[in-house]
Amino acid sequence: MLGIPLKYNVRNLFVRKVTTSLTVAGIALVVMVFLCVMALGEGLTRVFTASGSDRNVLVLRQNSQSELQSGITRDQVPLVETLPGVEKDADGKPLASAELVVVLNLEKREGGSSNVTIRGVEEKGWKLRPGIRLTEGRMFSPGASEVIVSDGVSRRFKDTNVGEELHFGAYRWKVVGHFDAGGTAPDSEIWTDVEGMINTFKRNGYSSVLARTPDRAARDLFVAGLSSDPRLALEGKVERTYYDEQTATAAPIKFLGLFVGVVMAIGACFGAMNTMYAAVSSRTREIATLRALGFSRLSILASFILESVFLSLLGGLLGCVLGVLAVKLALSGVTGTTNFATFSEVVFAFRLTPALLLTGVVFSLAMGFFGGLFPAGRAAFTKITQALRQVG
Amino acid sequence: MGKPLIRIENVVKQYTRDTQVLTVLDGLSLEVEEGDFVALMGPSGSGKTTLLNLVAGIDRPTSGTIHVGDAEVSSMSEGALARWRSQHVGFIFQLYNLVPVLTAFENVELPLLLTRLSKADRRRQVETALGVVGLSDRMDHYPRQLSGGQEQRVAIARAIATDPTLLVADEPTGDLDARSGEEILVLLERLNHEFGKTVVMVTHDPKAAARAHRLVHLDKGVLKEDVRAKEAAGSIGLAAAVEVSAGK
Repeated sequence: MLGIPLKYNVRNLFVRKVTTSLTVAGIALVVMVFLCVMALGEGLTRVFTASGSDRNVLVLRQNSQSELQSGITRDQVPLVETLPGVEKDADGKPLASAELVVVLNLEKREGGSSNVTIRGVEEKGWKLRPGIRLTEGRMFSPGASEVIVSDGVSRRFKDTNVGEELHFGAYRWKVVGHFDAGGTAPDSEIWTDVEGMINTFKRNGYSSVLARTPDRAARDLFVAGLSSDPRLALEGKVERTYYDEQTATAAPIKFLGLFVGVVMAIGACFGAMNTMYAAVSSRTREIATLRALGFSRLSILASFILESVFLSLLGGLLGCVLGVLAVKLALSGVTGTTNFATFSEVVFAFRLTPALLLTGVVFSLAMGFFGGLFPAGRAAFTKITQALRQVG
Repeated sequence: MGKPLIRIENVVKQYTRDTQVLTVLDGLSLEVEEGDFVALMGPSGSGKTTLLNLVAGIDRPTSGTIHVGDAEVSSMSEGALARWRSQHVGFIFQLYNLVPVLTAFENVELPLLLTRLSKADRRRQVETALGVVGLSDRMDHYPRQLSGGQEQRVAIARAIATDPTLLVADEPTGDLDARSGEEILVLLERLNHEFGKTVVMVTHDPKAAARAHRLVHLDKGVLKEDVRAKEAAGSIGLAAAVEVSAGK
């Protein structure tokens, strides 16, 4: 036994060209905006979740939310580096990098200015972040007031091309190279030699120490050792966890995406519902006829829900196409936003993943289902005898 | 005539509108023999369409019983009734009620989708049904491409596609010009004669009623007159009876 043929619904949608197109367009726009906002959140999340290793431990002053608020004195560094659990390199030296982080306000290429993180690293800092590679120029030389700039930052900020001189107040740095960190946190940073930076900024210590541990047990040992040493008043955070916490920046955007998406989806649901109510009421007699012929309530219900879902699916697919176009054409290139934990620029790209597109389609199907539910219910539960009397 | 196909016993149908109870059928009893052609007549509000709906199983009586064949349609569940209708009743409506987005072929195929027939069997049966109503050459036409009379013939083909025992027609000529109406009546007569379908037809039209073998006249929900053609000296007698009924 078969239900009402699908062609019945499909043809009905095409008969009502204007209302169908308008509803499809409405749903498509909702899906598109939803996808764009979610792609933004996805891009931001990528920056943080892809950043950091499970084996690296970031050592900060106790209760610091970020490196910027943290401080580690020079004499604490050897104590940290010699704690049990820290991996040693071939020469028997601890694999740890004491780093200084400062936020500077730099001029953007398109005008205005924004905060950028400048990180002073030891040579070992490079080894601790295996995802980073130079894309242009060379590495900075220690003590020479040289910096390397991430590709993302150099695209957005003035005076950051290789060979140019970057200045801030009285400070001058020569840009000698560009690097790429594969979409992770250093993509929003400028790097230089830590000792030179301490001199330049007249600091007497570091912001953090990044230490490599060989395995999970050693890592836990190291973290426990840190917190149990009262002389230090430091704490260790697994690097990945630290960046996951920074993802709090993406959370409000994702929430916004979801919120805007859901609110608009409810609107679009009403649109679909309206369309389907109109469809049902203009076909009251037809539906009653189908029921008289012996089609069950369930098959009528299913048929109209299917019609609504199909309608929304058209919208969802169109929305995906529009979303891809929007991200490709209008929102392409690198974008920045402020990391609310460090008040510095986070460089990221809109990321419209296949999973997001699928979410968009599922989202549209849900709109169709809920928009179609009540009209379909009306179609299925109207009394046949009454409905047959309807003229028109 | 054969055994009774339809047995209506003491049927009451009431509607409640706001707080008022409206009695549309008031203890009506009637039997229709298999192979009969019955015209239900009466003024508006006499309950004739209600009676037709009850017999066709798209409405249920407030009290009383209705048997059609072996089935007691007055007590069946909604789902069982739908299945029963799909197998035993062919519907013909005043406004044809074809599905506009489906072709003549697809419209006629609709009730067959509720059977277990294969696609090839369905095709054969649709073609036979459309052949009977003389529209074999219009199979791929949409309803809007057909005249009113042709549309009604497609609707009749749909009604007979599953080969039901009972055809119910509510004002089948009500929306047609005289000539097309005549064609439809000839067709219904043929289905009754040649194919042995039991036809119950609601009509206002004396000429349509004159085609029937039996005339049942309702008024205010009760049986007022029940005339059989054979006893009344052929169709002339019935026609006279119709005139009398219609005049009242």
